[in-house]
Amino acid sequence: MRAPRPKVAIAAVAVAALAVAGCAESDRGDSGASQKDTLVFGVAGDPKVLDPSLASDGESLRVARQVFETLVRPEEGGTKITPGLAESWTPDATGTVWTFKLKSGVKFHDGTDFNAEAVCANFNRWFNAKGLMQSPDVTPYWQDVMGGFAANERTDLPPSLFKSCAAKDATTVDLAFTRVSSKVPAALMLPSFSIHSPKALEQYQASTIGGSADNIQYPSYAMEHPTGTGPFKFKSWDVANKTLTLERNEEYTGGPKAKLKTLIFKTISDENARKQALRSGDIQGYDLVGPADVEPLKGEGFNMLTRPAFNILYLAINQKGNPKLADPKVRQAIAYALNRQALVDSKLPPGAKVATQFMPDTVEGWNSNVTQYSYDVNKAKQLLAEAGASNLTLRFHYPTEVTRPYMPNPKDLFELLSADLQAVGIKITPIPLKWTPDYLNATSTGTEHDLHFLGWTGDYGDGYNFIGTMFDRQKPEWGFNNPELFELFKKADTTADAAARYELYKELNAKIMEFLPGVPISHSPPAIVFGKDVTGVKASPLTDERFATAEFKS
Amino acid sequence: MFRFIVRRLLQLIPALFGLSILLFIWLHRLPGGPETAILGERGTPEMRAAIRENLGLDEPILVQYGRFMQRMFRLDLGTSIATKREVTTEFLQRFPGTVELAATAMIIAILVGIPLGYLAARRRGRLLDHVSVAGSLIGVCIPVFFLAYVLKAIFAENLHLFPASGRQDPTIEATRITNFFVLDGLMTREWDAAADALWHLVLPGLALASIPLAIIVRITRASVLEVLGEDFVRTAEAKGLTERVVRQRHVLRNAMLPVATTIGLLTGGLLSGAVLTETVFAFSGIGAFIADSISQRDYPVLMGFIMIIAVVFVLVNLLVDLSYSLIDPRVRVR
Repeated sequence: MRAPRPKVAIAAVAVAALAVAGCAESDRGDSGASQKDTLVFGVAGDPKVLDPSLASDGESLRVARQVFETLVRPEEGGTKITPGLAESWTPDATGTVWTFKLKSGVKFHDGTDFNAEAVCANFNRWFNAKGLMQSPDVTPYWQDVMGGFAANERTDLPPSLFKSCAAKDATTVDLAFTRVSSKVPAALMLPSFSIHSPKALEQYQASTIGGSADNIQYPSYAMEHPTGTGPFKFKSWDVANKTLTLERNEEYTGGPKAKLKTLIFKTISDENARKQALRSGDIQGYDLVGPADVEPLKGEGFNMLTRPAFNILYLAINQKGNPKLADPKVRQAIAYALNRQALVDSKLPPGAKVATQFMPDTVEGWNSNVTQYSYDVNKAKQLLAEAGASNLTLRFHYPTEVTRPYMPNPKDLFELLSADLQAVGIKITPIPLKWTPDYLNATSTGTEHDLHFLGWTGDYGDGYNFIGTMFDRQKPEWGFNNPELFELFKKADTTADAAARYELYKELNAKIMEFLPGVPISHSPPAIVFGKDVTGVKASPLTDERFATAEFKS
Repeated sequence: MFRFIVRRLLQLIPALFGLSILLFIWLHRLPGGPETAILGERGTPEMRAAIRENLGLDEPILVQYGRFMQRMFRLDLGTSIATKREVTTEFLQRFPGTVELAATAMIIAILVGIPLGYLAARRRGRLLDHVSVAGSLIGVCIPVFFLAYVLKAIFAENLHLFPASGRQDPTIEATRITNFFVLDGLMTREWDAAADALWHLVLPGLALASIPLAIIVRITRASVLEVLGEDFVRTAEAKGLTERVVRQRHVLRNAMLPVATTIGLLTGGLLSGAVLTETVFAFSGIGAFIADSISQRDYPVLMGFIMIIAVVFVLVNLLVDLSYSLIDPRVRVR
């Protein structure tokens, strides 16, 4: 057999290319899209699902915020509750029934009308979820906010907070709840409570989760047919090219129409790669900007937006592992030993602040009079001596290979804080672990962790979402039992009057900082960047950026 | 030759069975589980336990393995825990990207590496030889991700010659048939889509080609040097054959055997190199997806993908074995 000759090979390739050319139909429409009305935005991960009822990841929710609308929504660039699909909302005297007055003339992307019936169809869909729809990873936010369902199929599910929905007329709807809760109506701002077209929900069998519990398959609604009322409509999801395309909703009546014709989210998981893609012009904006890139990109003329800080980074102290840590004096000593200001100044992005409590000052219930533990090495040493803990060794867990909005560079933070602790005589055993699953696993279970970093980004503007999430019951992360504190949380959660509830949050913050389960470290403002000629987007503390107002400067 | 192919394919069965057991045990013994990745910092121990129970991860490992094998017999690889899409669908959407990337890298490596290695051998001790030996040493040493960043910084960020990320410009509305973007563009006559996909392959292809290129240069050089010293080459030259005939019929062809083996083995290596290249270039392929799946403990994806890759690897090496008989008629596969 003769060896194949290069000429033969080239001819073969050419013949093959001619043979395949034109052998399939192009399904390309008329695309007269000019670059100036198309924005490509770089995101760190693929969305998981297009039905926000089933989502908890930020990227799915980012898409949902453009396609869907909720009854109430956060003010643009803030956390206060403002009208969404509802114009107004009022509780009855008991605080358990809320009447929402809806906007009229709103249409879903499939042309059907938005009205009170549609709202009830959505709430009933969530409430009456059955089978796999009750899996904790399928409807996470419903379970987080409302607890259980009409008929709970798992024993560990609490009774539902939601009770019923009644459409009184086309634009009036009553939502009834089983008890007063701090979550209503604030939590209804979450994209997971977006209102979908009942017709599309039925047509694409949105509530039929296929497969088995270990082999869940989403319905076609959740993957291909999200149908809301928002300024953008879903167009296509190209998994093979890691892009998701939305197009302007030409029939939008909820406000000015989107200025962009096309909005594309493109997944670039690597932070540096996102930066390089912006500089090379592949994308015209991206989220999760590295703190070290903020100033350089700003200097190059990119449109850098800083979100108001709506998060908390804390040093958790676990009282179960090392008995010495159950002594308040030792925990106080740790707090006094930390030079948090130096850390904020040197390692966090511009605009970051030292935290005095476990919620940012933009949330109602923040207390200016909590016990403060300013940097004081001598006091720390003295407290350790008094507690008989001068020879303390602590296991300090920190995560590697991760950037969180509240924690840009965990290793650097660890190095600073462990140096501070060593300076007062505490010996540190460093335990670096991969963020997921090792780190999250190690710090939230068992008793092997003494100190670790973790944080929280608020979902909506109610204080309970911060302090309640962390401290309203016993958790292995902290390893303490404080019935008095837990009782006060319960009282706050079930106080209908908002002003009275905020006062209780203040009291809670004071008590938490006195008890000192951990040390709040900082609130960092995460940055989001756009191209030099892109304007109109307002940074949101809740990452609720609205691309409908984005436009290119001419 | 037919019997040879059948025998090699039959050998796959016990190999895959063994691999599946080892992989299954190893994966499930890794600390942590998918529930941590699903819930992030929002997870409570109760939620974690509920998800583990739901996923069947609280059952004995043998029961879990039994369920996995049951599915395998039905050629069902299950669905991804993270994306909830079928593992086969995920594979078919991502594997073409990796193949396009690996093929580009391999074509660059072969087209540049073999001539360069040959010339280096023919000009042994001269400048070209020194340069290519030194260059290939650097090629092997330089980390792929570093090279990728440098290439991007120069050709994408500063010169704006090539794109810095992705497989295709998303504003091109390309039709997807096979998910091989270049092929799809040709098939649908969307020439701009095909050209754009090729354009996107250049930088990642170059970055990924660095190591195989360096290795092919060195192996070719060594192999050609060895053949040049053989008696039959001297005989061929002595009997008055032109240099071109000696080079093509005698030297290159005999020198190609070890090179072909190396290329087969390098194909496997390209997959691991692709993990980094795909991440750095935000290139949708299986490499980056597998890396994510490991940190998310997405067991069905890992099991499915690794089993399929094992099959592909065996097939590629089978092709390499078959190619021996093309290169050297004395080799007969049996």
